[in-house]
Amino acid sequence: MPKKATLVLEDGSTYEGESFGAEASAYGEVVFNTSMTGYQEILTDPSYAGQIVVPTYPIIGNYGINSRDFESKRIRVRGFVVREHCSEPSHWLSERTIDGFLASQEVPGISGVDTRAITRRLRSVGVMMGLITTAESKEEALLRIKELPRYDNVDFVAGVSTSTPYEWERPLIAGVEKPLCRIVAIDCGLKYNILRILRSRGCAVTVVPATASAEEVLSMNPDGVVLSPGPGDPALLDYMISKVKALVGKKPVMGICLGHQLLAWAFGGRTFKLKFGHRGGNHPVRDIATGRVHKTAQNHGYAVDPESLPSDVEVSHINLNDGTVEGLRHRSLPILSIQYHSEASPGPMDNVYLFDRFLDMVKEK
Amino acid sequence: MSKPSKVLVIGSGPIVIGQAAEFDYAGTQACKALREEGVTTVLVNSNPATIMTDEGIADIVYIEPLTVEAVARVIERERPDGLLPTLGGQTGLNLAVDLAKAGVLEKFSVRLLGTSLETIQKAEDRELFRQMLLEIGEPMPRNTTVTSLEEARKVAVEIGIPLVVRPAYTLGGMGGGIVRTMEELESVVMGGLRASPIHQVLLEQCLLGWKEIEYEVMRDAADNCITVCNMENIDPMGVHTGDSIVVAPSQTLSDKEYQMLRSASLKIIRALGIEGGCNIQFALEPGPVVAEAVNYKKASAEHAPYYVIEVNPRVSRSSALASKATGYPIARVAAKIAVGKRLDEIPNAVTKKTVAAFEPALDYCVVKIPRWPFDKFATGERSIGVQMKATGEVMAIDRSFEAAFQKAVRSLELGGKSILWEDKSWNFNGNSTPVNLPLEPNDLRLWAVLAALRRGAESEEISRRTGIDPWFVRKFQNITEMEKRLLKEPLTPALLLQAKRLGFSDEQIGTLADKLPEQVRELRKRWGIRPVYKMVDTCAAEFAAATPYFYSTYEVENEAEFLEHSKALVIGSGPIRIGQGIEFDYCSVHAAWALHSEGVKSIMVNSNPETVSTDFDTSDRLYFEPLDEESVRDILENEESGSGGANVPPSVVQFGGQTAINLSQPLGRSSFPILGSSAEAIDIASDRHRFEDFLSRLGIPQPPGSGITSVEEALKVADLIGYPVLVRPSYVLGGRAMEIVHNATELIRYLSLAVEVGSGRPVLIDKYMEGREVEVDAICDGGRVLIPGIMEHIERAGVHSGDSMAVYPGLTLTREEAATIVEYTVRIGIALGVKGLMNVQYVIMSNGGENISPVEGVRASSVYVLEVNPRASRTVPFLSKVTGVPMVRVATKVMLGKSLEEQGYEGGLWKASNLVGIKAPVFSMSKLSGVDTYLGPEMKSTGEVMGIDYSFGPALAKALLAAGMTLSSKAAILLSIADRDKAEAAAIIRKLATNGHNLYATEGTAAMVEAMGFKAVSVSKVGQSHPNVVEVILDGTVDAVVNTFTGGGAPLRDGFEIRRAAAEKRIPCFTSLDTARAAVESLITGPHSYSVNPLREYLAGSQEQR
Repeated sequence: MPKKATLVLEDGSTYEGESFGAEASAYGEVVFNTSMTGYQEILTDPSYAGQIVVPTYPIIGNYGINSRDFESKRIRVRGFVVREHCSEPSHWLSERTIDGFLASQEVPGISGVDTRAITRRLRSVGVMMGLITTAESKEEALLRIKELPRYDNVDFVAGVSTSTPYEWERPLIAGVEKPLCRIVAIDCGLKYNILRILRSRGCAVTVVPATASAEEVLSMNPDGVVLSPGPGDPALLDYMISKVKALVGKKPVMGICLGHQLLAWAFGGRTFKLKFGHRGGNHPVRDIATGRVHKTAQNHGYAVDPESLPSDVEVSHINLNDGTVEGLRHRSLPILSIQYHSEASPGPMDNVYLFDRFLDMVKEK
Repeated sequence: MSKPSKVLVIGSGPIVIGQAAEFDYAGTQACKALREEGVTTVLVNSNPATIMTDEGIADIVYIEPLTVEAVARVIERERPDGLLPTLGGQTGLNLAVDLAKAGVLEKFSVRLLGTSLETIQKAEDRELFRQMLLEIGEPMPRNTTVTSLEEARKVAVEIGIPLVVRPAYTLGGMGGGIVRTMEELESVVMGGLRASPIHQVLLEQCLLGWKEIEYEVMRDAADNCITVCNMENIDPMGVHTGDSIVVAPSQTLSDKEYQMLRSASLKIIRALGIEGGCNIQFALEPGPVVAEAVNYKKASAEHAPYYVIEVNPRVSRSSALASKATGYPIARVAAKIAVGKRLDEIPNAVTKKTVAAFEPALDYCVVKIPRWPFDKFATGERSIGVQMKATGEVMAIDRSFEAAFQKAVRSLELGGKSILWEDKSWNFNGNSTPVNLPLEPNDLRLWAVLAALRRGAESEEISRRTGIDPWFVRKFQNITEMEKRLLKEPLTPALLLQAKRLGFSDEQIGTLADKLPEQVRELRKRWGIRPVYKMVDTCAAEFAAATPYFYSTYEVENEAEFLEHSKALVIGSGPIRIGQGIEFDYCSVHAAWALHSEGVKSIMVNSNPETVSTDFDTSDRLYFEPLDEESVRDILENEESGSGGANVPPSVVQFGGQTAINLSQPLGRSSFPILGSSAEAIDIASDRHRFEDFLSRLGIPQPPGSGITSVEEALKVADLIGYPVLVRPSYVLGGRAMEIVHNATELIRYLSLAVEVGSGRPVLIDKYMEGREVEVDAICDGGRVLIPGIMEHIERAGVHSGDSMAVYPGLTLTREEAATIVEYTVRIGIALGVKGLMNVQYVIMSNGGENISPVEGVRASSVYVLEVNPRASRTVPFLSKVTGVPMVRVATKVMLGKSLEEQGYEGGLWKASNLVGIKAPVFSMSKLSGVDTYLGPEMKSTGEVMGIDYSFGPALAKALLAAGMTLSSKAAILLSIADRDKAEAAAIIRKLATNGHNLYATEGTAAMVEAMGFKAVSVSKVGQSHPNVVEVILDGTVDAVVNTFTGGGAPLRDGFEIRRAAAEKRIPCFTSLDTARAAVESLITGPHSYSVNPLREYLAGSQEQR
């Protein structure tokens, strides 16, 4: 018999289920994601650092875990809350179960819970801190939640960024292979698919740590800079904001998700926390210039406040569900700034064209 | 492009296999959506049993044959500026293309909306489609036509083996098959070339065992695209998607695969330029276990990981399923796009906060299972493949696959066939091995898979044998594992909850744990194990939704708090099947609307995704659930307000066919209130003995007969009342297992083969009276009885009323006969205490000629009651349309306590309209090989059409035309008449001969024709010289067949072969001389200049003359 486990939210609501993955306790901000596929990509997405993720789709793990669908080196979520996990996956690529995967990386899961009830709770109250536990009582858990640091006050970027620079996949063979251009990606918690897409388009891609200085980046003489997605509140990342200020105008910059929020801050804008964020693969976004609506993959808890933007920055994309900012344009500088994930993985591939648009920008320079 | 102001919508015509109620749903939604946009809608359909043909849905309704001529006349009169061709299934699409090709659209400046002619052709023409896919780089399975063995060998090397061989122009694909070796290729191709009249076969890449995946895609004129949903067929490639068990969303696809096919879908809809919705089917490479079984090597150079199989450039059965599975109203959005709206301009009607430009997120699993007609057609070929055979389908929703699947099986309403059912033959020697179970595709496969698992088969072995992905098989295994636990372990709260979470019904749990279902229910109550209801909201709870669409599940939080206010539960009719079709959905929908308009909240429960009743805005609240005692009681308890059941909503059981009426007894037993006629009244009408007593107390005659439980008793009764007799089991739906028996030998055969005598259930034996059959539908409020009209059948009693042509008003009835019918109906309705609808069937025997003793000798004829159904019948929509009396609305109000008088209706027979309406049955026999098509007491039709006009001739002509039974003036006709019908057939033969038709006849019939002084080509029996009876049908020598049944149930092979050949060749085959006579009369008095008018005008015209 699997061990009982409980998810306790800071408002006191509790959800009983069974432990899977690591039999441990986990603490974090509890968020839900509405994607129906792509759990491996979600688990390994660094933007979920510090969070306990609740997929709204109830049957998770059907096609197992494989070696191709990693979005970073390891599992990044703090805990995983599912209605049902599959212990006998069926797929060509499947190498292990989600249970074994979580256990091997010491990440706890809880299954058999009413995930829709949790989602409805988060939707109406807003995201909350929570604790998965197999040992503590509700009261003990609530006490601990009060003592532990709140998600909003922690810089998670430092924990997920690479410690040393590296070249994505095989480095270019000097003299044999001629890159289209050289892109430096600043890793605030980037997803491998960004690198895969750039590489597949003929770019040489170098990843640098979030702590790398603007000078270090520029010294690599890149043709363009990508500011990656990442976890947490951008307002905490002064060192990133100042770096971005030093890069814009010197090189074409593509900011995705956190990268987009950092661009807004660099231009003098502000961000605010959304009640329950946008996490899923079905968010409709309108490109204001063309009127076209795109289906986007999203994962963010903060959004840019359009009122805070200076006059030379305008909103280029908006979310059709809640009208929030999904993209920015600078009137003169070569900036591509989007709140959603053009690299998808998981989610619709409809916005991969944005990388081409960025590379066009790079080529024009 | 400017918005059109007036749009013609073409319906899909009668319900046939492959085209069922989903198009009523689509058309109704579209008409409502167009009206919201301020567009005037003109609707044409030949099927009266549809909501879309009701006043209030479209602005102008035509019930006319779906022919180019009739619809061209509608266009000429109405002058629409747009035509929406994509909502009436393949029928509507084809007709739109024919209208365009005939120049009608151009002549009257009608433009096709949503989908251009070019797009339709690109999607429908295989060569154009292939070219388009080639241009956009999407892979399609390779195929080539060859005319010689040498060519075939070359192609086999090119494409690779296995291959599918399809001979051109052979019936039912005869002579083809799958070849796995060069030797097989040679023999099958040789055979195929011989079988093909043009000596040609198609060789096609074989994708057997590949996963079949569908996407529902939408696009607007601004090129915004979304996918609404994807679906995975549990049955892999090789089984028609309409015959596959389908799950939504896909379960075994990784995100990469999901997105790969999604991206391909968007590419394809863009290349086709569809403005609206379409369905795209893919074959995706199988997983490793199945791949090994079908010898597929993954990612070998010659294979793409997927192929595009087909595109339907219109709303389809799958899009109806996707709409119900997600809550996203595809037809509604498609209609709005067609008149120029963009996806981001259309509000999401479910959340009311978001827009239609988003993709639904599901937080549950949906399972669809087809409903096949083999419970009725036991002799039919039960294997399934590329030809769809299901008449309908059910859908169930739950949070786990196992539970959704089990609820879907419960929803099939297969009587005793629960998921535990096994065929007796599967248990040979007490030591059955899975090897002998029917695991090939057939209607019983799901039971066979479970049986194999119960016998210890490995899940991978099942996967290899069936091609079903191991993921699904393991889920089935979870079910059989739980069965074992329930058999072995004591029933604890934890075990019971686990079983409920896997979808086990109380009845199944009871069977396994040796308890009565009621005891299981009691335990559940005691342990607090009850279902909660969750919402289908399109967005996985991300946004608060406004639409009350619920499913049950065993979880923690209940989202369906009981509705305040007075309310009532309308029990729907479940899957479309022969004997219980769309008519009952029509009635259920009207009942919900009537309740709502009377200030009573309507709560709908149904399990059929193809229907208007399960549309999110039909009722105040919708529960998508099986229609069995357990789920209906659970729903009623969930709706209980006030403690102790003080305020349980009453149930409406009259409109959902036999499904709903059968629930009246269990609901009555549990003291749940029933609206309208009581459970007691319903019981009297359906219990043979009580009904006999009831009628004899009223002094109303019925054919003599009795219920028997042994063969001896049966023979005694039959002797007493005299042959022929009508025999049937006491519990019937649509005349199942009903036969006319002419002598003792046949009777003994029937009792030993067709029914199980001694099972405790009596078999009913009645005197068969071959008189004129008449039926009435009436509304009774306890004091008054309103009879909107009397319908007379063209076929004599003995042909099931659902298969008969019915004429309104009864034209040959004498004043006395009509008066007797009215009098009997009124007396029965009042004495039975009917509150609501009632259907009574009568037979009228002319006194004298017939061999029975007249009960009332003074009359020239006698009227007998055949049966009384205290519920809405199949003919309610038809009769409502031809009389203008909104019968369901009136009946529902009566049930709520508003008397007929208060509603402004006098009792008695409603003044007949000055029009003639004829209802004609439509069959799907070409799709059901092995099924005998002769008309008898067992119902066989799947749908109906209506011909309406100011007089009989044109109305009949239209009914025949719409039903595809028209004879052309040059038609050559094959006659094969049973001896006992020959005398009667003489008049018909004379008319045909004098009218110059070429006659072909079987030996005996030919002799008779010649004896009458006419010429007939004598045609030999099958297996004798050439050409034989079957050949003259198949090679097109004859255009129609008149063949009467030789009787006795053991069909003479030739008669059967003749009827099957006619069915496959799709030519009219008359097996009742009454129908043949009508068709010949219509031909000879024709050609009729029928009118084409809006329904409203026929009714108004007749009222003026009132």
